[in-house]
Amino acid sequence: MTTQKADITEDELDEMLNVVNTTYGYDFSDYSRASMQRRVSRFMDTAGYKTAVDLTFQLKKDRSVFDYFLQRITVNVTEMFRDPAFYKVIRQEVLPVLASYPIIKIWHAGCSSGEEVFSMAILLSEAGLLKRSRIYATDVNPYNVEKAKKGILPLNVMKEYNENYIQSGGQNDFASYYTSLYNNAIIRKDLRENILFSQHNLVTDQAFNEFQIILCRNVMIYFNRRLQNRVIHLFNDSLSTFGYLALGIKESLLFTDLQNKFEVVSKDEKVFRRIK
Amino acid sequence: MAGNNTNIELITIGGSAGSLPVVLKIIKSLPASFKVPIVIVIHRQRNVSSELVKILNNSSASKKIIEPDDKETIGDSCIYLAPQNYHLLIEKDRTFSLDYSEAVLFSRPSIDVTFESAARVYKKKLAAVLLTGANSDGTTGLSTVVHRGGIAVAQDPSTAEYPAMPLSAVRNVKELTVLSPEGIVKFLAALMSNGK
Ligand SMILES: C[S@@+](CC[C@H](N)C(=O)[O-])C[C@H]1O[C@@H](n2cnc3c(N)ncnc32)[C@H](O)[C@@H]1O
Repeated sequence: MTTQKADITEDELDEMLNVVNTTYGYDFSDYSRASMQRRVSRFMDTAGYKTAVDLTFQLKKDRSVFDYFLQRITVNVTEMFRDPAFYKVIRQEVLPVLASYPIIKIWHAGCSSGEEVFSMAILLSEAGLLKRSRIYATDVNPYNVEKAKKGILPLNVMKEYNENYIQSGGQNDFASYYTSLYNNAIIRKDLRENILFSQHNLVTDQAFNEFQIILCRNVMIYFNRRLQNRVIHLFNDSLSTFGYLALGIKESLLFTDLQNKFEVVSKDEKVFRRIK
Repeated sequence: MAGNNTNIELITIGGSAGSLPVVLKIIKSLPASFKVPIVIVIHRQRNVSSELVKILNNSSASKKIIEPDDKETIGDSCIYLAPQNYHLLIEKDRTFSLDYSEAVLFSRPSIDVTFESAARVYKKKLAAVLLTGANSDGTTGLSTVVHRGGIAVAQDPSTAEYPAMPLSAVRNVKELTVLSPEGIVKFLAALMSNGK
């Protein structure tokens, strides 16, 4: 009844990721195996590859196969004001503190198509801080980055985002933040003015600035503990003292060796602050 | 049934509509000294901040139910509940991975996803139980469990408030053990005394 998924062994996956790394410089070897295995077998099903060996061969010899693979292999699902209670904490506890900085530098690492970034821009705008914010939003997936730059979302999900927005403590007319055009919602231009979207790979790229807050939500769940630890080091190097680090609500600093460099701002919403 | 005399090291339970009372019954009847960890996946309504953990915890004073964080290690004598809005996967080193990818059969968490990934890791040391529900999630998962040598159990559809989900398994999974809720309780107790 249900479709049979392509099966792929541990060794085949190793070989495939190895080829991808040596040929194109994208290192997925420290991604969570269970989820990577699912993604690859899903990719094989939708793109019509019968065996892992076949896909690995095509990946090696055809750049366009890799481009499509890269586009589909990361999990890009995102929402505006996802986890409303999280945004409430940002609104009530974090922004009032950030308000004391003349320039507020923000990094969204793993921003996908930008929904989280637009949500933040709305909060900043409502707090009167957007004009002096510099928002850097990065993702490994170039397809996501291009999409995010356009600032166009499907109109049919805005109703749900509106509910999230209200739950997060939003009091304005959510529809005033975008213009509707056919089936699209275009995020207002002035909200996007101070956002710079670009490609950045957390696995291989370096720190590039110092931030007052870094958001990296639901990205590191796709990494194993070793890679998570490395990325937390990268964030630590990229945060100003007393800078904030916001993770997804099911992510934790417990498995990193830097946990004592951070204090907990919100235990449930996984907001931390660098104290050393 | 397959693998009856091998030691079970993980039990997964999947339920949808109507499954809460059955899950409660199972948890309450677990022997106090149970060791084998249990991973429960229940479909819940999205974004309704869920009271499920509280309900489960209130009803089983001595046993605590945990919604695991990403990369948490699976511990003996622990009962885990898949957090809402994420798929719950299991890694080879017996830690959890959470995954925010697309819903499967309209479900996230998906029972299939958890059963399949548990089966890859635990193989014949896994027992998976599918309870009442109104869709067909879990069938593919149970097939994978059997395929990897584990034990697949479904609630007897005639005892299910919503029979569709176990019925789908009965129709499609070979080597399936079909039991009433009481039967499931006894069966798990027996596994527990054999296991770990
Ligand atoms: C599930 S989305 C999370 C989006 C958003 N932060 C949220 O919580 O809604 C995960 C994102 O992480 C990105 N990602 C995965 N690996 C990455 C890496 N090595 N460097 C940067 N971004 C990465 C993916 O491309 C994807 O857009």
